[in-house]
Amino acid sequence: MRNLLIFITKYNAFFLFLIFFVASLVIYIKYNSFQKASFINSTNKVTSEFYARADELKGYLSLREVNDQLARENAELRNQLRSSKYADSVAKHMVNDTIYKQQYEYIEAKVINNSVNKRNNYLTINRGRKDGLDKGMGVITGAGIVGKVVLVGEHVSIVQSMLHKDSRFSVMLATHKEIGYLQWGEDFDPHKALLEDVSNNASPKVGEQVVTSQLSLFPAGIPVGKVSGLNAKGTGFFLKMEVQLAVDFSKLEYVYVINNKFATEQTGLEAQEKKDE
Amino acid sequence: MSRVILINLVRFVLLIFLQVFLLKNVALYDLSIPYLYILFILLLPFEIPNVMLFILSFVVGLTIDMFYDTPGLHAAACTVLALVRVLFISITVQKDGFDNEPEPTLSIMGFRWFFFYASVLTLVHHFVLFNLEVFRINEFEYTLIRWISSSIFTVFLMVVSGLLFFRRKQR
Repeated sequence: MRNLLIFITKYNAFFLFLIFFVASLVIYIKYNSFQKASFINSTNKVTSEFYARADELKGYLSLREVNDQLARENAELRNQLRSSKYADSVAKHMVNDTIYKQQYEYIEAKVINNSVNKRNNYLTINRGRKDGLDKGMGVITGAGIVGKVVLVGEHVSIVQSMLHKDSRFSVMLATHKEIGYLQWGEDFDPHKALLEDVSNNASPKVGEQVVTSQLSLFPAGIPVGKVSGLNAKGTGFFLKMEVQLAVDFSKLEYVYVINNKFATEQTGLEAQEKKDE
Repeated sequence: MSRVILINLVRFVLLIFLQVFLLKNVALYDLSIPYLYILFILLLPFEIPNVMLFILSFVVGLTIDMFYDTPGLHAAACTVLALVRVLFISITVQKDGFDNEPEPTLSIMGFRWFFFYASVLTLVHHFVLFNLEVFRINEFEYTLIRWISSSIFTVFLMVVSGLLFFRRKQR
């Protein structure tokens, strides 16, 4: 027993190392499987407070760009107003109003923490459960898709960015309607992503628009980017191509969270179907 | 003694702030990311007991983790760093050779020793950090480039800060 104690005190550095290293590994691995160990992250009150302050300062520096962006978006929305469209019959509009039910609801949010240069990137936004956010909702900006909500706090939420090794979104080529999925590329360029599993009979061209498909958690047709290269090595029966992302992830300021009102109904039905089989 | 504690406390706060609000946004070509905050662990006094060293490294790592949203990652890398620091100092510095608790700074230990010390420790820390972060082997090539370039950047910043706070030996 005494020899053991002497042994331990003699090599105390190594034993201390073991204890702390194992402790940190446990934290790390636990966090990996549960997405977030709910308190050591920026939902944490103290750090989110800090980030909110720092962001307030940063906000001033990019006011001009945000203004431009908002003006552009305003113009786009104005184009969609009924008054700027030609009505071919009054009756049609009346029918429109009663048939269309609001399926997607947009909640605007401000990005208070963001990163693009890590292997797995997350954003923190200043909206939480209080504002109707829930896990699994899609996040976009005026330019294109950003990611999906993975962790919801009372007032802030964490969004798993497109730039993450587990992010996959169902998208399609705008003109051919060929469906594939989008994933962040292997060279970790924040402006590029890979479009994979497109069936072989599509003939994509460089510069073609890529938009979200009906199978994704976003409304169909939201722009994602443009095809920028076709030479990426595909395997077997599927094509693989490079996509220039429409969103500049390093300059995100405001985003919209999409609430699909039919989502619970859909998942509920799908779960029921599996039970019945 | 209380002066040493005060100096280290100020250094801790300063380095964390610098890391989180400035260096976090700095990345050369999306490859080279400096992690200057480990300078705090490097500059702890020689005479610090091992228990204290490990606890402090763990705490520093965890604090950075809170801001980087990666619980445990930096803490793990910092504990490895602490172990390597203990080994490195026991090999290169004779015990009971230092008077009034000096720290392993550039001005006390000289450029050559400090540069070697900083390079070895930074390389080890960054190696553990990047490989744990990626957590798979098939991206090793890319991780290797990131590792080397980030280490060079970090060591450069360390040497610069060492020269910035250079004081002549009073001995």
